[in-house]
Amino acid sequence: MIAPAPTRPAQDALLEVRDLCTYFPVRRGLLGRTIGSVRAVDGISFALARAKTLGLVGESGCGKTTAGRTILRLIPATSGSVVFGGEDVFALPPRELRRLREHMQIIFQDPYGSLNPRMTIGGIIGEPLKIHGRARGRDLENRVAGLLDRVGLSPSYRNRYPHEFSGGQRQRIGIARALALEPRLIICDEPVSALDVSIQAQILTLLEKLQADLGLAYLFIAHDLAVVSHISNDVAVMYLGKIVEKAPSGRLYENPLHPYTRCLMSAIPKSHPRTPRERIVPKGEVPSAMHPPPGCPFHPRCPWAFDRCPVDVPALLPAAGEPDHVVACHLYH
Amino acid sequence: MPPNDILLSVRGLTTRFFTEEGVSYAVEDISFDIPRGRTVALVGESGCGKTVTALSILRLVPDPPGRIVAGSVLLGGGDLLKLPEPQMREVRGNRISMVFQEPMTSLNPVFTIGDQIAEAVVLHKKVGRAKSLDQTVAMLRKVGIPDPEARVREYPHQMSGGMRQRAMIAMALVCGPQLVIADEPTTALDVTIQAQILDLLKSLQDEIGMSILLITHDLGVVAETSHDVAVMYAGRIVEQADVLELFDNPLHPYTVGLFRSRPTLDHKGPLAAIPGQVPSPLAIPPGCPFHPRCPLSDGAGCVHERPPLEPKKEAGTPGHAAACWYAGRVAELRARQEALYKS
Repeated sequence: MIAPAPTRPAQDALLEVRDLCTYFPVRRGLLGRTIGSVRAVDGISFALARAKTLGLVGESGCGKTTAGRTILRLIPATSGSVVFGGEDVFALPPRELRRLREHMQIIFQDPYGSLNPRMTIGGIIGEPLKIHGRARGRDLENRVAGLLDRVGLSPSYRNRYPHEFSGGQRQRIGIARALALEPRLIICDEPVSALDVSIQAQILTLLEKLQADLGLAYLFIAHDLAVVSHISNDVAVMYLGKIVEKAPSGRLYENPLHPYTRCLMSAIPKSHPRTPRERIVPKGEVPSAMHPPPGCPFHPRCPWAFDRCPVDVPALLPAAGEPDHVVACHLYH
Repeated sequence: MPPNDILLSVRGLTTRFFTEEGVSYAVEDISFDIPRGRTVALVGESGCGKTVTALSILRLVPDPPGRIVAGSVLLGGGDLLKLPEPQMREVRGNRISMVFQEPMTSLNPVFTIGDQIAEAVVLHKKVGRAKSLDQTVAMLRKVGIPDPEARVREYPHQMSGGMRQRAMIAMALVCGPQLVIADEPTTALDVTIQAQILDLLKSLQDEIGMSILLITHDLGVVAETSHDVAVMYAGRIVEQADVLELFDNPLHPYTVGLFRSRPTLDHKGPLAAIPGQVPSPLAIPPGCPFHPRCPLSDGAGCVHERPPLEPKKEAGTPGHAAACWYAGRVAELRARQEALYKS
């Protein structure tokens, strides 16, 4: 496949993802022959502006985590392109990639598994600064103290170890480490789903404050639509490796168009026992990403499917008279 | 409520863990009733004692280090905590059964789903194997597992997470229990599957009439399913009410904080996070356990003296109790946060 000629991204797009695909080969038998592939990410495109948040929401196995990791080149892409700050991420040689990665960081779901238990907090947060030759000695110590302060932890904690901290504090440590190299983009992969409700709110509030102070862009990946729409400017809903709907978060809530988005929304537990409920239940279960259904991937479960749905793949196009509200569904086009 | 409508009464239950680092005060002096055919939710964050409460009711607290040091659990007039172990075994899985959070780890991977469910029937109902399998198939059909005659022969790994949780529910219900304890039954599931499981539990309750003790951290799940709610914090119940009253008129600052910490789709605006963190059960603050995080604490009364859980004059229903010296000022706190929310 010949890569399309690089075009200059729109003025304010920090990250531009085009037709990104990540397939994992499935091997069987003694010779390890490839018998098929899992289409974890299957042709997604979006743009993210500076200091904005794009939420990527979907249920387990929809490809949202793989998408985040492919953008960072932690997983090789099968096809498509990622342009960050005007540079083609997949075309960069390793040395250049390392330079670019200073500007793209990630925080993980599991604050227990993502910190080295044998390193002190100061060591963990200072490591990126040392590796990238940004600071040493007294300067390093001051920078680490400043980072701890920024995420709401006392600088006196720097000589302690991860096991001495609670889940919420560990997530703060992960955020401080991600901030060390002054990134422009942070990919947040389920950053609050392992935390208690009261701690979730603390971390979400911290992320919002850091964005306002530092002009960070977030790609916020989560399964919880309420959390995602709280923090995001735009929300993209993923199903079986594809974006099925994308809109500004308020509009997605007020006027969800894709049947899957409507199922997802109607499944969220209501906020008050008196809230009326109209449950739209999708039929059956999510099919395997190794054998995605033909046509629209949601058609076997869709309450509104008609004869065109198993045949044509719907394109992601504007609907409801709004250019920034796009949906991939034959009901609207 | 007339006493014969109460299925199970917990009175003064206190469970502690005697560890090398000291005594962990997991559950301290809690009391609540579970009416027949109703769902009572125990809601709280990790470490608040909600799971230990459930394990104490079934006498499944690991001993040592854990021990139920006081209290009673009354079921049909008798105290479960005084039953000899063989009789307690007759209660577990039969009169009271449990549904766990993670169906993969609570099902045995080397037996078929059918064998595992039929085992409970053979054990408790003294019926033969063929009859027990018939009942198992009928139960699997009732919990919405398609093609149950074939699925009884499947192993847990052959099922999806949602199907496994349905199988767990079938196992819990197959002996016709009076009470099902569901410990975070949907936390490990995707949201569309969670909705299906919650709907299933509700419709089975309408049909069979069992009571449910639902343990959860999710106020949305409470709103969806429960009739009565007890909010736990640091091993104690800090507020108790029927579900509408609790959502309309929360009287404990911790409950208010939980509501305001939670992003919901129909509310935009800043979240009001509760500062600080849940105390360790090894070091519970004196006085009111919530005072170090409480926006109403004035550093005086509640630092020294623990407020009792008692009915409040601000309550809208007679059963509504809260453990706060300043419940009278909670309305003001709510108004303040509401203004912040709308700004």
